[in-house]
Amino acid sequence: MNGGKKSTSIREKILEHELVPKHVLLTKEEALKVLRELGVRPEQLPWIRASDPIARLLGAKPGDIIRVERRSATAGVSVAYRFVVVG
Amino acid sequence: MSKSEKVIKGVKFGILSSEMIRKMSVTAIVTPEVYDENGIPIEGGVMDPRLGVIEPGQRCATCGNTLAQCPGHFGHLELAKPVIHIGFVRHIYMLLKATCRSCNRVKVTEEDVARYRSLYRRLKDRWPQLANSLVEFVRQKASKALECPHCGARQFKVKLEKPATFIEEGGRGKLYPDVIKQWLSNIPSSDLEVLGLDPEVARPEWMIINVLPVPPIAVRPSIVLETGMRAEDDLTHKLVDIIRANEKLKEALNSGAPEIIVEDLWELLQYHVMTYIDNELPGVPVAKRRSGMPLKTLAQRLKGKEGRFRGNLSGKRVDFSARTVISPDPNLDINEVGVPYEVAMTLTVPEYVTPWNIDKMREYVLNGPYKWPGANYVVDPSGRRLDLRYVKDLKALAESLKPGYTVERHLVDGDVALFNRQPSLHRMSIMAHRVRVLPGKTFRLHLAVCPPYNADFDGDEMNLHAPQTVEARAEAEELLLVEKQILSPRYGGPIIGGIQDYISGGYLLTLKSTLLTKEQVSDLLATIDYSGEIPEPAVLSPVEAWTGKQIFSLLLPEDFNFIGETKLSSGSLKCTSEECFWDTLLIVKKGKVLAGVVDKTVIGSQQPKSLMHYLITEKGVGRGAEFMNKAFKLFLRYIEMVGFTMTLDDIKPERGALERAGKVIKSSYGEVDKLIDMYRAGQLEPVPGRTLSETLEIRILDVLARARDESGATVIEYMGLANPVYVMARTGARGSNLNITQMSAVLGQQSVRGERIWRGYMGRVLPHYKPGDLSPEARGFIASSFYRGLSPLEVFFHAAGGREGLVDTAVRTSQSGYMQRRLINALQDLYVEYDMSVRSSYGELVQFRYGEDAVDPRKTAFGKAVDVDRIIVKNVGWRMSL
Repeated sequence: MNGGKKSTSIREKILEHELVPKHVLLTKEEALKVLRELGVRPEQLPWIRASDPIARLLGAKPGDIIRVERRSATAGVSVAYRFVVVG
Repeated sequence: MSKSEKVIKGVKFGILSSEMIRKMSVTAIVTPEVYDENGIPIEGGVMDPRLGVIEPGQRCATCGNTLAQCPGHFGHLELAKPVIHIGFVRHIYMLLKATCRSCNRVKVTEEDVARYRSLYRRLKDRWPQLANSLVEFVRQKASKALECPHCGARQFKVKLEKPATFIEEGGRGKLYPDVIKQWLSNIPSSDLEVLGLDPEVARPEWMIINVLPVPPIAVRPSIVLETGMRAEDDLTHKLVDIIRANEKLKEALNSGAPEIIVEDLWELLQYHVMTYIDNELPGVPVAKRRSGMPLKTLAQRLKGKEGRFRGNLSGKRVDFSARTVISPDPNLDINEVGVPYEVAMTLTVPEYVTPWNIDKMREYVLNGPYKWPGANYVVDPSGRRLDLRYVKDLKALAESLKPGYTVERHLVDGDVALFNRQPSLHRMSIMAHRVRVLPGKTFRLHLAVCPPYNADFDGDEMNLHAPQTVEARAEAEELLLVEKQILSPRYGGPIIGGIQDYISGGYLLTLKSTLLTKEQVSDLLATIDYSGEIPEPAVLSPVEAWTGKQIFSLLLPEDFNFIGETKLSSGSLKCTSEECFWDTLLIVKKGKVLAGVVDKTVIGSQQPKSLMHYLITEKGVGRGAEFMNKAFKLFLRYIEMVGFTMTLDDIKPERGALERAGKVIKSSYGEVDKLIDMYRAGQLEPVPGRTLSETLEIRILDVLARARDESGATVIEYMGLANPVYVMARTGARGSNLNITQMSAVLGQQSVRGERIWRGYMGRVLPHYKPGDLSPEARGFIASSFYRGLSPLEVFFHAAGGREGLVDTAVRTSQSGYMQRRLINALQDLYVEYDMSVRSSYGELVQFRYGEDAVDPRKTAFGKAVDVDRIIVKNVGWRMSL
């Protein structure tokens, strides 16, 4: 983003909105590691559509995995992973 | 029993082909006649003996087995003309739209078919949802084609006329089932795949019935009535109807009858086959019995709450259970359930005879089935069951008992049994109790376990189940026993605890002013089987006397510290420090109550962070249960000793109080009048988003509610802790300040749907008021109290408000019940994996960590790893700031 300055385009504002948790696109190695740790096939993760605004913003392609870091009332920060699907 | 072991790898559903039906059939059904004049089933009729045995002792004409072994056999009926299977009309419709009327190929180009097929195969296993949308896409694309891409034939629109008639508009007109069958059987299997059908098990032409399977008699047994008449099953009736219609159609065809007649008869056959499958089709007249009752046909057997799935597979009736009315018994332990002798002598537990219990077992057998504790059956090592009701020489049988026998003995004291009250919304709705066999005809339970079951004794019934295996009993004792369910997973606090008189009793016993003589102390301690030392008396002269706090302290562990405000500690009785006159701050040091009383926030049920909560979490559930058993018996004994009751005078408002309360109401009336005047003059400032009249109503409700609270408070102000009603409300035993207000001050505004009551005549509720009267009395404000009594008009308003409450509860229970069902069905197969993630039975991740923090609310201090405040109190016995 443009160096701390408030961005003007709506697409980037999505990232700044306080109700939008932090999304990170994983590299292939990271993704494989996550899958191994959780012992799941990618499609057993919760899905997110590639057309989802946040996925489009990250440039996620179907088959990618996105890490979501949410604020949680019980645990402080909770980490979730989502599998990008067509759509 | 079959010896071969086979493992089911999967289940696949398909459609029966005509050939399959013929192959599995043992006989063709040819005649509508069922029995001959002697009442013997006719061969070739729907009760053909080859379809399976019906009477015990007979051998099956097909398989030679007896009733118990014969699985039943299908027959078949050849239809004169094919008919449509009503369950598949939508599939047929789709296929007719998506395929060519002349060459019967999918109306998609050859290349596309190949492309979609390979795509479909790749998607099918991993992305079933995507595969489905692909199929949907192909179907739509094919249906849109106006010209066949294969043969170039022009396409017509096919219309479905409910329930089962297909019409080709502008083409051949009505499509008869035989034409459709021809069409469907021409569709190549390779094309079917892209339309989402599996041609291996579901060729579309099989959706048109030309051979009807006739189910075995075991599926549709006839019943012999008392009069000796035979009543046939609905399915049998329907099958006879089908055969008749079929015969007629066959005749008409053979005699070369005019087409209209054939068509009519064909329609009739179609109708009968349709209702045979489903008798609740929209637009189809239901087939009825002679009595006018709709027939229960195939679909009706499966559907709905009482259907095969919900009624017989998801829910079954069980043996070894009992149900009766419940009643309270404060003398039981919380882990116990009182079971009537009658029930205990019907429910049995199998016990294996061993050298160690053989004497006991002999005793049971000797007592027989009619004397408790006895036994109902003996199973010998060969597995033969002896019914003790018919054994003449019990003595000889008892003698012959040896290890290896099993005795099905009566339920005895100490057995575990599962106790349940519907609706089971909770895991605490089914708990294991220890049996206590008692005289009487009701199940007895301890009052402290009423909250988890949500039980009371106004006629509630409960169920009892006797676990039959050692494993089941062990599981029940270790996991389901009442004391192991004291802490609720809902909020981590105890759901079992003191209620009503336990709280009043605890309060009265621990009052500062309670002094007990030696006799009283002995009496109290005897009720709880106390065997330790009696502490030093708090008062030595003129007579030795003990305080109630001393007695209560005997039940606490010696290393237990606690400090906490009681329910009483509010308003004028608020206590925040050790030195406080009102004695409403409970201080326990080293197991001794130093100050404070016991009330709802100390020993109450559903009270987290209470003395009892910490006692249970720190000393274990066993200690907690013991504490409850003893403390509650103690409190009840004490409340019996001093006597605790309420009378009309206790809710009689003090004269001065009533006057002040009346003034409050009167001034509020003046305020309301002012509001109404302002409203009429148009000077009322509307609340944002509300109309003027809505604003007025809100303001009036607000004024009146405040008036009620205020006048209630003035009346309550005059009450003291000598007043039992006030004591019950203040300690949390029963009732609230609002209840007292309504009893002795004012009932307040009655409402329907949250509004003042206004429905009735035009502009007024009752003819006693002027039209348009907006005053408090005219719209359901009741200035009388229950003590003073209600005027007839007030009774009317009160009834209107009360009715709404009843309707609400009735509606809410059904709605929330259905919501619960949906929720449970969606969640039932989720489980917490060893890595603390929540997964579905397919291994899909639902939560990455259970509750995001993987915390069991029963085992932590409100989600935190440590409760620092509690640790300080626990060890130091004192907390710096409260």
